[in-house]
Amino acid sequence: MALAVGCRARPGKGRDNKTGSWRVFKPIFDHEQCSKCGTCQTICPEGCITEGFFDPDYAYCKGCGLCAEECPKDAIAMKQEEK
Amino acid sequence: MLEITEGSMAVADAVRLCRPQVVAAYPITPQTHIVEALAEMVANGKLDADYITVESEFSALSACLGASAAGSRTYSATTSQGLALMFEVCFNVAGMRLPIIMTIANRALGAPLSIWNDQQDSISLRDSGWLQFYAEDNQEATDLHYIAYRVAENPAVQLPAFVCFDGFILSHTYEPVDMLSQADADRYLPKYAPTERLDAADPISFGMYATPEYYLEFRYETDKALKEAKSAIHAAGKEFGEMFGRDYSAMVEGYQLEDAETVIVAMGSICGTVKDTIDELRKEGKKVGLLKIRVFRPFPSEDLAKALKGAKHVAVLDKNISLGAKGAVALEVKDALYGSGIPVYDYIIGLGGRDVQKKDIREVVALAEKGKGDQFIGLRKEVL
Amino acid sequence: MADKTCELFDCGHRACGGCGAALAARLMLKAAGTNSIVVSSTGCMEVFSTPYPETAWKVPWIHSLFENASAVASGIESSLKKQGRKEKVIVIAGDGATFDIGMLCISGAFERGHDITYICYDNEAYMNTGIQRSGATPYDASTTTSPAGSQSFGNKRPKKDMPRILAAHGAPYVATASIAYPNDLIQKIEKAVNTVGPTYVQIHAPCCTGWGFEGDQTMAIAKLAIETGLWVNYEMVDGTVTKVKKVVRKPVEEYLKTQKRFRHLFKPKRQDAELAAIQAIADKNAEKFGIDIKLKKE
Repeated sequence: MALAVGCRARPGKGRDNKTGSWRVFKPIFDHEQCSKCGTCQTICPEGCITEGFFDPDYAYCKGCGLCAEECPKDAIAMKQEEK
Repeated sequence: MLEITEGSMAVADAVRLCRPQVVAAYPITPQTHIVEALAEMVANGKLDADYITVESEFSALSACLGASAAGSRTYSATTSQGLALMFEVCFNVAGMRLPIIMTIANRALGAPLSIWNDQQDSISLRDSGWLQFYAEDNQEATDLHYIAYRVAENPAVQLPAFVCFDGFILSHTYEPVDMLSQADADRYLPKYAPTERLDAADPISFGMYATPEYYLEFRYETDKALKEAKSAIHAAGKEFGEMFGRDYSAMVEGYQLEDAETVIVAMGSICGTVKDTIDELRKEGKKVGLLKIRVFRPFPSEDLAKALKGAKHVAVLDKNISLGAKGAVALEVKDALYGSGIPVYDYIIGLGGRDVQKKDIREVVALAEKGKGDQFIGLRKEVL
Repeated sequence: MADKTCELFDCGHRACGGCGAALAARLMLKAAGTNSIVVSSTGCMEVFSTPYPETAWKVPWIHSLFENASAVASGIESSLKKQGRKEKVIVIAGDGATFDIGMLCISGAFERGHDITYICYDNEAYMNTGIQRSGATPYDASTTTSPAGSQSFGNKRPKKDMPRILAAHGAPYVATASIAYPNDLIQKIEKAVNTVGPTYVQIHAPCCTGWGFEGDQTMAIAKLAIETGLWVNYEMVDGTVTKVKKVVRKPVEEYLKTQKRFRHLFKPKRQDAELAAIQAIADKNAEKFGIDIKLKKE
């Protein structure tokens, strides 16, 4: 790919960096407990939690645990990542 | 149309004819007359631009950077301390490949504080990636603005440019200048149409950072674009000549060069004094000539080497000094002539507004013929 | 109304897990929407979101230098005006770029009255260069250039009052917000973006790495800052405070003890005088903004 003049880029390539590999703890979402309040989706610094069933995209989830900490229903558990 | 006008007014008028949409400038002597004139044109509806009254030169060029990235033709003017304050932004503009044009009314850099002319300011930005044009007189100063925009905005170039003219010596001097009509200016310089801009309809990230995997290549590309701008400069100067009768296709220009044994190399208004001196020396039978450098960046090494082929002595007049080394122009000339065996002597002259007279040029010629150089000219020994 | 489902800050960015600033960027873009041009200063956010060619920004974005974002924004706004374009120009910069090195350019842009929104994500130190003190660092915080030691309790000065400085420039809308209250944050940014003239929003964005806490505590700590009165969420319209987030205040200790940057106030020895000085800052905030909810006596 030719170098862009002036170090510019269009969106898209950012997703090439799969930050899920950073993860030490993995959030497991319990849909039975979930009240679909959307807190996890709103506060995720990665923006990787999809709406509807509220599941993270593990390709990008860094496992920070904010969603689990803030979930009002305690429906998200952090489990040690198996590597 | 021929008008007798002050250099700054002529430049401001040429800028108006180039139709910049955004002007951002901060007042500094001796640039002020240019920007005052532009502000007045905006106030009277003669220039359809937004004039941003920034709080510093640093912001002047930063605002131009933003406006240029958003897709507008932009303009600024400054000198000396103002240009020094822009140092960081200058490198940024070039690296981001934005074709901003800036007039430099050349002035010395402090300390000690001096408002008077030399070329230390723009020369000190030689590594920043801007094209640098130097004008000998006010006609050339005005014409170089149209050419600078044409070259800078050329998709193969996409780099900013300084149009340098000597502060006070040219900026505050009345000379006859042939101004283009708006129709002619528009014919020569079409509307700015950038290939990319900040636009919500097509989001692009500008000014990303480069890791060591990429930085070297970005510098390579910018250097290449600046070097290859030579052909764009040639073409734009030639076309200007064909349209308006004043040809600027050459990056260096000779005067009485053909049989010259001693050749003076110089930039800017000093060339006028040199030419007058050469006329006198020629009458006295001395084979002296001048090679004027019009474009300092990209540096026209090949053209210069070719033009100086027959010279026995080359005397470079430097209105600047790279302290601890030599004048910057001499260093470039030496590099261009390396291996030719032609001796190059450097003379630091006219710093901080010291008047350069014909006797000084005669002294330079005499010294060069004796093989003496690399010295200051006109030092007042009694105050040392 | 902001489309809260809209994601304009892409996955794959390199912020630390639990980064308050990354969350601020996401929320800010939800509020601003697609018709925006963003100008970033040099700093953590710029670095974690744009290593060439991997940009996280799905709106037009530009970075030039550390200190010139508001001057660049001035130029963009001016250019758009001349072109008859209607995009919103938004600066997002850290507290170092805002409180310290960018002050000149910000003052100029606000005084000239450009139609721009300036958002400061305030993580209270230079995080990108390794947690050095800035003009936004709170009293007694230990940073790498204001370290606590045998002769020092950390940063010797309270935070600079940036919102008031910009309100004094005649900014029609100035607000503070926190990532702890995302809906409030989004509403404020929306309001700022849709107010004509230079507007300012300062967002409290805790930094787990710089402040010393686990990434899952970012929201909780941001909330505690408000609940203790050390951070006040308010709005100023034409220089007058019009809305304040009221709280039942907790002692400042509850906030301070959660972070390593204040650890020297508790260990090896409890520093009562310093804790009292910080409590006094919170008390003064409470009085100035009237944040205390008065509970009825039983």
